[in-house]
Amino acid sequence: MTDTSHSAPPPMQKAGGNPLTKLLKATEIDTRLLGMLGALLLIWVGFHVYGALFNNGGAFLTPRNLWNLSVQTSSIGIMATGMVLVIVTRNIDLSVGSLIGVTGMAMGILQVDILPNILGIGHWSIWIITTLFGIALGALIGALHGWLIAYRKIPSFIVTLGGLMVWRGMAFIANGGKTISPVDSTFALLGGGPYGAIGSTGSWIVGLLACAGIVFLLISGRAGRRKHDFPLRPLWAEYFLGAVGCGAVIGAVLLVNAYPWPIGIVRAYIRDNGLEADPDTLFISHGFAIPVLILIGVGIVMTILMTRTRFGRYVFAIGGNPEAAALAGINTKMMTTKIFALMGALTGLAAVIASARLNSATNALGTLDELYVIAAAVIGGTSLAGGLGTIYGAILGALVMQSLQSGMVLIGFDASIQRIVVGLVLVLAVYLDNVYNSRRK
Amino acid sequence: MSGNPNKGTPLVELRDISIAFGGIKAVDHVTVNLYPGEVVGLLGHNGAGKSTLIKCLSGAYHKDAGQIYINGQQVQINSPRDARKYNIETIYQTLALADNLDAASNLFLGRELVSPAGFLDDTRMEAETRKIMSRLNPNFRKFNVPVSALSGGQRQSVAIARAVYFNAKILIMDEPTAALGPHETQMVAELIQELKAQGLGIFLIEHDIHAVMELCDRAVIMKNGQNIGCVNVNEVTDDDILGMIIAGKKPPQAY
Repeated sequence: MTDTSHSAPPPMQKAGGNPLTKLLKATEIDTRLLGMLGALLLIWVGFHVYGALFNNGGAFLTPRNLWNLSVQTSSIGIMATGMVLVIVTRNIDLSVGSLIGVTGMAMGILQVDILPNILGIGHWSIWIITTLFGIALGALIGALHGWLIAYRKIPSFIVTLGGLMVWRGMAFIANGGKTISPVDSTFALLGGGPYGAIGSTGSWIVGLLACAGIVFLLISGRAGRRKHDFPLRPLWAEYFLGAVGCGAVIGAVLLVNAYPWPIGIVRAYIRDNGLEADPDTLFISHGFAIPVLILIGVGIVMTILMTRTRFGRYVFAIGGNPEAAALAGINTKMMTTKIFALMGALTGLAAVIASARLNSATNALGTLDELYVIAAAVIGGTSLAGGLGTIYGAILGALVMQSLQSGMVLIGFDASIQRIVVGLVLVLAVYLDNVYNSRRK
Repeated sequence: MSGNPNKGTPLVELRDISIAFGGIKAVDHVTVNLYPGEVVGLLGHNGAGKSTLIKCLSGAYHKDAGQIYINGQQVQINSPRDARKYNIETIYQTLALADNLDAASNLFLGRELVSPAGFLDDTRMEAETRKIMSRLNPNFRKFNVPVSALSGGQRQSVAIARAVYFNAKILIMDEPTAALGPHETQMVAELIQELKAQGLGIFLIEHDIHAVMELCDRAVIMKNGQNIGCVNVNEVTDDDILGMIIAGKKPPQAY
């Protein structure tokens, strides 16, 4: 909305002639979001060009790599959405990596050693029971952390640092350090892979639904503003937003559909289904991977939670001024417990994806993930001082982190260089964010 | 000849309230009452126990002993939520605003308007905020920025709007004009008169004797957690009140 000042027009108005400034003002696009998308684009093109110049062909901007990137981002991205709430309320959770380990291991034992004995191997409900159990276990452990922080007044840094060690140890003890593999075959689909993706037709359906959703949001948003006589965006800006949004969705659909199943999988598919087809010419698209759809679903639900519900409003209020929140009648202790429980539940869900993707549960699953999750949230604009943060920012932050990581693997940087770069980028991102914030004031 | 001019059941009676923090008696057996349509000033040094006493009424602190009566009925106030249930609204000295949220979010904090589906109705909350602000502070335009971007007076008007919007019957104001310029102070004074005329009872914590003489009907003076005495403001001079605050000296008019 536009009327933020009632005194003389601020000098900013002079820039109104610049078409870009005009566009940003009319569409009300967050410049921070644009900055992150720009950085992402820079990273992607940079790795691709580097590959093209020094490694006999760029491998980054290919459907295959971008599809893999999307799958690799899922687990960190899901946890990062929860970390936003934790950091916004001025806490931290260092235990998520270990929590992945222990929930992943518990799910491995449940679906391989326990449920098949009760229900029979390959029973249809095993993956559902296992997934719900993993999420519930994560929520329970998270609630315990939250209770210690809120009601026993132990700093979150200490509680979750303890958790980092305790739950990793538990993950080891749970199965004597042995890896559990393979997992239930339906469960494994949640991790992606050729069978764990929804194919070409499914992707088009998802894409068209998303476009319909974007158009609906624009129309209902405009109607809501008109009802209360709030300033409206110019009509052309609405069309522009709709076109860009739908264009991005359709682009994503085309991209994931351009990545075909590998020849070996196609051969097996033809054999198993008794088809008469030439595996060299049969083109079967991956489409969106299931873990990516889970991430998108989590992102939408968490965005609604944070922006449209009392719970989300209270999270921001506690982050902005805990004392004021308490005086406004908000039960801040219960909120903290719930926030950590939610973080735990999302970690359980991330453990489902991580262990399904590996088709195994290992006690090292998720090691160092806490750092990537925190980095993703912070790069995505979540302020460690509390009170500020967005879900989409955290997911984009996770994508930035993962792009750096897999880009460096792709061009052959070794692990030590990777760590140096990731560390530097984290510090630089927070510095740039500070600069951006102080300029805006 | 002196005495409480009010008759009948008080709107609020804080009876024999005590609260201690680690052995220090912050409030020591204090009894205070408030009638509809009057402004009672609470005066005293810093640390005299004014804010602590009032926080027992607003639900921010738990009293150790004593009773609270609203319209003659004993009530239990254990949280800010309880206080709001009895139409007690508080404007804190710190204003108690979440700086990262906009005016509407602060105004409705803890009492958000929701759609039938249970989602926040931000447009309706903003519309309501615009309505109340047009009455309290017609120049206010900054509806879509965090309150951290507002001036002291604008922040104050958000805090006041929060208390007024929800039909307070009992209003607690903790140094409402401490951060304000002369023009805004005058606005608050006018508002207090208006609310008083509507029949609200107002507890006013104030350091400025001049403001007390102008705004209050009665004044209660506290020292070291104890109630030194109560005076009808029109029967005493500034110096009488100062004497009570500084020396704990009770003038003959006090009761």
